[in-house]
Amino acid sequence: MTAVRVIAVFTLRESLRRRVFAVVGVLTVAFLALYGLGTWQLHRDINDVGFNQLGVEPNVIVGATLLGLAMFGTMFLGTVLAVFLTLGAVRGDAERGLLQPLLVRPVSRRTLLLGRYAAAAAVCAAYVAAVFVAATIITWAFGGWWPDHLLLPAIGLALAVAILAAVSLAGSVFLSATANGIAVFMVFGAGLVAGLLGQIGEALSSGTLQNVAEVASWLLPFEGLYQAALAGLTADTVGFTRLAINLGPFGRAQSAGPGLWLWALVYLGLVGVCALRGFARRDL
Amino acid sequence: MVCLVPAALSVSALVKTYGSVHALVGVDLEVGEGELVGLLGPNGAGKSTVVKVACGLVTPTSGRAEVCGEPAGSVAAHRSLGYLAELFRFPDWCTAHELLELHQRLAESEGGAVERAELLELVGLPDAGETRVGTMSKGMQQRLGIAQALIGSPRLLLLDEPTSALDPSGRRTVRALLEELRGRGVAVLLNSHLLSEVELVCDRVAIIDHGALVAAGTPAELSHAGGVEVETAGGTRVFAAARRDDAPGIVRELVAAGEEVYGVRVLTSSLEDAYLEAVGGS
Repeated sequence: MTAVRVIAVFTLRESLRRRVFAVVGVLTVAFLALYGLGTWQLHRDINDVGFNQLGVEPNVIVGATLLGLAMFGTMFLGTVLAVFLTLGAVRGDAERGLLQPLLVRPVSRRTLLLGRYAAAAAVCAAYVAAVFVAATIITWAFGGWWPDHLLLPAIGLALAVAILAAVSLAGSVFLSATANGIAVFMVFGAGLVAGLLGQIGEALSSGTLQNVAEVASWLLPFEGLYQAALAGLTADTVGFTRLAINLGPFGRAQSAGPGLWLWALVYLGLVGVCALRGFARRDL
Repeated sequence: MVCLVPAALSVSALVKTYGSVHALVGVDLEVGEGELVGLLGPNGAGKSTVVKVACGLVTPTSGRAEVCGEPAGSVAAHRSLGYLAELFRFPDWCTAHELLELHQRLAESEGGAVERAELLELVGLPDAGETRVGTMSKGMQQRLGIAQALIGSPRLLLLDEPTSALDPSGRRTVRALLEELRGRGVAVLLNSHLLSEVELVCDRVAIIDHGALVAAGTPAELSHAGGVEVETAGGTRVFAAARRDDAPGIVRELVAAGEEVYGVRVLTSSLEDAYLEAVGGS
């Protein structure tokens, strides 16, 4: 484990020196500031309209919708971070001659890959969890609404980006950095589209669309985890407010059963095995 | 008597194919403890592939490669190995000390700051510890690469074109370093295009062409005799089949025949001639 830690620390130090974290930090603060401004403005407008006379709780609808939107943004930012920290980790670094000096040390290829993954996954998972919690606090501060569940959505998002980091790292074994980056973003996009199709299918009671979304959730479990995280925000909300939320863009998200969480962990393991086997056979 | 100490590098019947390309077609090579062996060959001959197989960076199609008795590519083999790739790069954001420290940790070297300072001194970069790699010249990076390869006192050093970016003074530093390493008992496989350099420092030379070993021996063995040249009043005469020992007899015969001899020169082919002969060049 010492060598894994050495590689992970060196990887993190590189991101620090290259000011990756500084740039991400500044832009995240800007994102949260804009989110705060929008949240404050929307809650003020809603209160002026007086939605609560219709029997629904406007702060819940606005809070859940905005936090769902923030969750989408957080997931996207976390994915960007995961992809850029890993897209050239193997083939890219090997082509530049950075990898070979490390691989002739008494360290297995598995150790090197685990070190790179540990660094990327830890940073991305911590990042999305922290941004999600910050957005939640902002929503509560300006709108007085707190989600029904906080921990599970945060863990769901963290696991989703950890899976994307693993997919990107595995892709770096087989693809050049550019091809890998494009591939992972397209997979990410495909997952999001499948999730949206599922929500539309749920709203229109279309069995075909729901099936497509379900299959996509199993093939790309990060999407299923994201949907589960969204669903967790208003899992205990009922009545007219529930109906109103369902009409919104994030209202039809599907909650995941324990099977998805288990599958997500198995999927992570399978991606890891593919990456390790591919790396072990690769001539450098 | 059986030698119990395994060779620093032992390669036998090594074959490597990339699709339809035969990079190595059965190479046998051995580098003994403390021996300095030069690996020569034209571009694409398979020199770097041999080195990469020894490092475990490339898996052979068949054959065997061992480093100090351990299978090439194993963690145990890597403990005895230092390597400088032909096309290497170090992270440009870190300093020389940080880079060496990373390799010390991975190599489980306990040399600490003393080892780092000693190695930088050895490669002629005593004041570069806090210099960022990105601001170093290519030559400085190559010296740093050699220092990196020496972390943990390896028993076998694999150097793939270690002087390609160095100026004459840098090359001299590396030559002196190689001689010092030989004194310390470190075995070196030096892959180089610079024949003069190989001739100057190597105990043995192996020449590879089209993936096969085509010649091997000491530089003196490979630089075989090429006749005797005698300068007489009637012009220069070459006795192509004659060797050094034949020179006095030739002179005696010429004098006896009434020739006036002004000079005698024993001809030997250079390593370059031997190399070109081995690889079929002109």
